Amino acid sequence: MRQLIITTVAALLGCTTLWRATDGFRAITAEGARRVQISANPEPVPSVVLETMDGSWQSLNNPDSPVLLEFIYTTCPTICQTSGGDFAELRDFLLQYNLQVPMFSVSFDPETDTLENMQDYAKWHTATGMPWTVGRPLPQDLEPLLDLFRIIVIPDGWGGYQHNVAVLLINRDGAFSGAFDTRDYNAIRAALEKEL
Amino acid sequence: MIQYLAPIAFLGLAIGVQSQVGSDPVIHVLVQIPALAAAGYTLPVTARMPQIAVAPALILALVTGIIWMLPRSIDAALIDPFWSIAKFITLPLFLGLPLALAWGQMGPILKGFLKAQSISMLLFLAFLYTHSPVRLCNSYLEEDQIRLGLGFAYVALGLIVVWIAPVFVGTSETHEKDGKHGFS
Repeated sequence: MRQLIITTVAALLGCTTLWRATDGFRAITAEGARRVQISANPEPVPSVVLETMDGSWQSLNNPDSPVLLEFIYTTCPTICQTSGGDFAELRDFLLQYNLQVPMFSVSFDPETDTLENMQDYAKWHTATGMPWTVGRPLPQDLEPLLDLFRIIVIPDGWGGYQHNVAVLLINRDGAFSGAFDTRDYNAIRAALEKEL
Repeated sequence: MIQYLAPIAFLGLAIGVQSQVGSDPVIHVLVQIPALAAAGYTLPVTARMPQIAVAPALILALVTGIIWMLPRSIDAALIDPFWSIAKFITLPLFLGLPLALAWGQMGPILKGFLKAQSISMLLFLAFLYTHSPVRLCNSYLEEDQIRLGLGFAYVALGLIVVWIAPVFVGTSETHEKDGKHGFS
């Protein structure tokens, strides 16, 4: 009997530990954990300006509207091109629901991504600057931005990079409050409708 | 002194590869983590564990093992010093050591179940890491994720050879000798 009680207590403690280690069995990857945690605890985004593809400077925060962004580098041969296509689809999808919010593709490789490269990327993916534009941060703003949005960029050994991709949401209070799969259009729409 | 040789050697191996775990998940997951667990498993603790503690010790070892199987723990150990230190403490002391103490007092059915379960879990991980449509660890390249998946498969195959194959080749004599395992 004593053995049964001790074993049951140990098993319960074990399950509780696993529950906590996976945010309630919701996240087994770091990317999943980030998404669960950020929606529960939004983090303020410092005021950062981006040099957009037409040469103008725009603030990443917008007091009147939530903002969507994703991180890319324009010379990326694979995943950013896919996510660029997804971002275009997302824009069209949201416009069907009259949701027009600023959308930024933010370069994490501002030295290579010149205005010309950003324009080419935008043209390829039909980003016209409104509501979706491509921009790059000042070099000194890059690290804090990647830290805040928990983007991990690693060189792939072929001159490119691999990085985690997500559509990121800054809410009207200027806080990073959501991260979504690039094709999870309905969840993004729901999150925006809650903001507006 | 000689009985400390194995744990020190395993710990030395785990520390020795630390500089490479950031760039190679195979070294991290299939060399360093098993080495740390083995360091605890080979600690020369001779005291016999009271029977009542066997099940809790096994649960502690399993929970620790499961947590270190999560991709997010692997990522966390690379970017968070707290997790990195926890790896060096929990794997020997909460996985290797309790498993070693409990193992000697487990029945053959439980041992067999754990072995079979380990193999199927490794094959599941092999499938997950080779076929996942997304990167499971933010800190590693996709090619390396697939390499790690194949690594899991090779380890599983090795364990099948070591653990399962002998079951089919002439171990029945132990059952004949040991009457209490009979069905009559």
